[in-house]
Amino acid sequence: MWEYTEKVKELFLHPKNAGEIENPDAVGEVGSIVCGDALKLTLRIDRKTDRIIDAKFRTFGCASAIASSSALTELIKGKTVDEALRITNKDIADYLGSLPREKMHCSVMGMEALQAAIANYRGEKPRRAEEGKIVCECFGVTDEKIKRVIRENNLQTVEDVTNFTKAGGGCGSCIPEIEKILGEVRGERVAVKPEAPRRKLTNIQKIAMIQEVMEREIRPLLQADGGDVELVDVEGDKVTVSLRGMCTGCLMADVTVKNIEKKLKELVSEELFVEAA
Amino acid sequence: MRVVYLDNNATTRVADEVREEMLPYLSELYGNPSSMHTFGGQVHRKIETAREQVAALINAEPEEIIFTSCGTESDNTAIMSCLASSPQKRHIITTRVEHPAVLNFCKTMSRRGYRVTFLPVDKSGRLDLDELQSAITDDTAVVSVMYANNESGVIFPISEIAAIVKARGVPFHTDAVQAAGKIPVDVKKIPVDMMSLSGHKIHAAKGVGALYVRRGTRFSPYIIGGHQERGRRAGTENVASIVGFGRACELAREHLPEEGTRIKEMRDRLERGLHSTCPGARTNGDPENRLPNTLNISFEYVEGEAILLRLNEFNICASSGSACTSGSLEPSHVLRAMGVPFTAIHGSVRFSLSRYTTDEDIDLVLEKMPGIIKELRDLSPYGREAGQAGAHSP
Repeated sequence: MWEYTEKVKELFLHPKNAGEIENPDAVGEVGSIVCGDALKLTLRIDRKTDRIIDAKFRTFGCASAIASSSALTELIKGKTVDEALRITNKDIADYLGSLPREKMHCSVMGMEALQAAIANYRGEKPRRAEEGKIVCECFGVTDEKIKRVIRENNLQTVEDVTNFTKAGGGCGSCIPEIEKILGEVRGERVAVKPEAPRRKLTNIQKIAMIQEVMEREIRPLLQADGGDVELVDVEGDKVTVSLRGMCTGCLMADVTVKNIEKKLKELVSEELFVEAA
Repeated sequence: MRVVYLDNNATTRVADEVREEMLPYLSELYGNPSSMHTFGGQVHRKIETAREQVAALINAEPEEIIFTSCGTESDNTAIMSCLASSPQKRHIITTRVEHPAVLNFCKTMSRRGYRVTFLPVDKSGRLDLDELQSAITDDTAVVSVMYANNESGVIFPISEIAAIVKARGVPFHTDAVQAAGKIPVDVKKIPVDMMSLSGHKIHAAKGVGALYVRRGTRFSPYIIGGHQERGRRAGTENVASIVGFGRACELAREHLPEEGTRIKEMRDRLERGLHSTCPGARTNGDPENRLPNTLNISFEYVEGEAILLRLNEFNICASSGSACTSGSLEPSHVLRAMGVPFTAIHGSVRFSLSRYTTDEDIDLVLEKMPGIIKELRDLSPYGREAGQAGAHSP
């Protein structure tokens, strides 16, 4: 059972502003029934003052999705459109006391519905449609969304990215891609500080890291195509591998070995080179 | 407020008779059954009585029963033992709808180099036996197919499956954790080699299970250590729970006729009632071959966790296969394997009854559910037409 705050329970059991405004000035729709949660936000906006006079929601989803939607409408009522745009998913979570980490994507959905509604009000194209390429096919999450949410919530792990955006929570095949994006965004932050000098690896550390990268990064990719690879030996900077399964005798075997080398150079040490046994 | 407990496929209350039987072994009768003294010896004898009681539930011989710590351990042990018994064979057959105790174990084995066939099911949750037949090869080390599904309640034709597998000389294991005690299970009539059982699903305490291993089956222990369970499962026995498990099996045998009559009638009344009062309801799973205590029902355009938490306000306990309840982001693997449509897959609720379920329990659900579904559907951006159309249907 989830540990929901009293506020979440209250807004789930007795949601405020449930429903739909007729002839609304703005509509924001995000999510889908296939993904398991969806939110339709309708707003009444005073066009002279740009102030949100009324907000209503309809939500398909779990208790925290319903409570997050209700919280959003409470937060934005009375605000101008510009003020409302400053609301982040964190504000929604704070309004609710807190949300379980695994449910943070519900607050992100609220924020996105608001952004979509305001874009609709201003006659702009919705952000999602024009931005980025799809990373997570299962839940239709783009790289731009992942980057934005990582920055706004200072996310550190793939698990967090999944909790906040759902990306990677389905088949999991995009997890390497998410790791890459996470690395890039975090790299932006690191770049501000002077880069720490790279430590010289001991042999034991080097072999352990090579093994880990092989297991985590390389083998799953090859296995997905019916191939596999085995680490045979590490002597100095020479890494010997043996290709297995569909990789044996494959015309692309040389390319595969080169790609393994690239990955090891990137993640373990620039000095490494890879040979097939 | 009274608790209306309709989540008996998750766990059950410990029967009063079971608790009474256990208590002495949690106080004065604390001896170690392996000890030489009379004080420990009497505990040993009680465990052997429990073994006879468990064996009787499935018509096995007492020496064919190994006590374990849970159904999961029994499942893991069975499959591992089959793999260890034919180390040259590298193929496992199971189904897509197994309990995680089998499913995730097989996935782990697949990462360790085994080839695993996960047999699909149809929309009603039924297996295609021809597909099983053609999946078996000379390399197959074990076939593990559950007796009855914990989520949908669908009962597999285990006699036929066992016959197909045994005709090819392959070891066959079945996870009967949900079946035993709910429907008649007879290992003399089914050519199964191993069968997993669990205590807490049939009103015994948590922390005890059993593995049936047919006499003459090659066996290799999973937990290594002392000579308990004739060397087949090491570790000092969970005496009180084992004693209680024995009594629970005895009670399950006595109450078995009730499952097919009183409990089934209550389940059917619940099902009929929900279908007639809640528009957009659909039963998941083969209604013909289904555990008498289980109802898995979806409500279109609403989400399962929300239904459960609304039910929770009335102290009604049930389960859901929705993504939100599992902590994962995808709905239940069982419902997905069955191809439940996307409008309904997130809105599934599983009610599972027991002999402690009363007509008043069912009445309360039937009273509260239509309002809950209506309110949540009013909140939902989808299915507004369905809701209105349903209001006019019978």
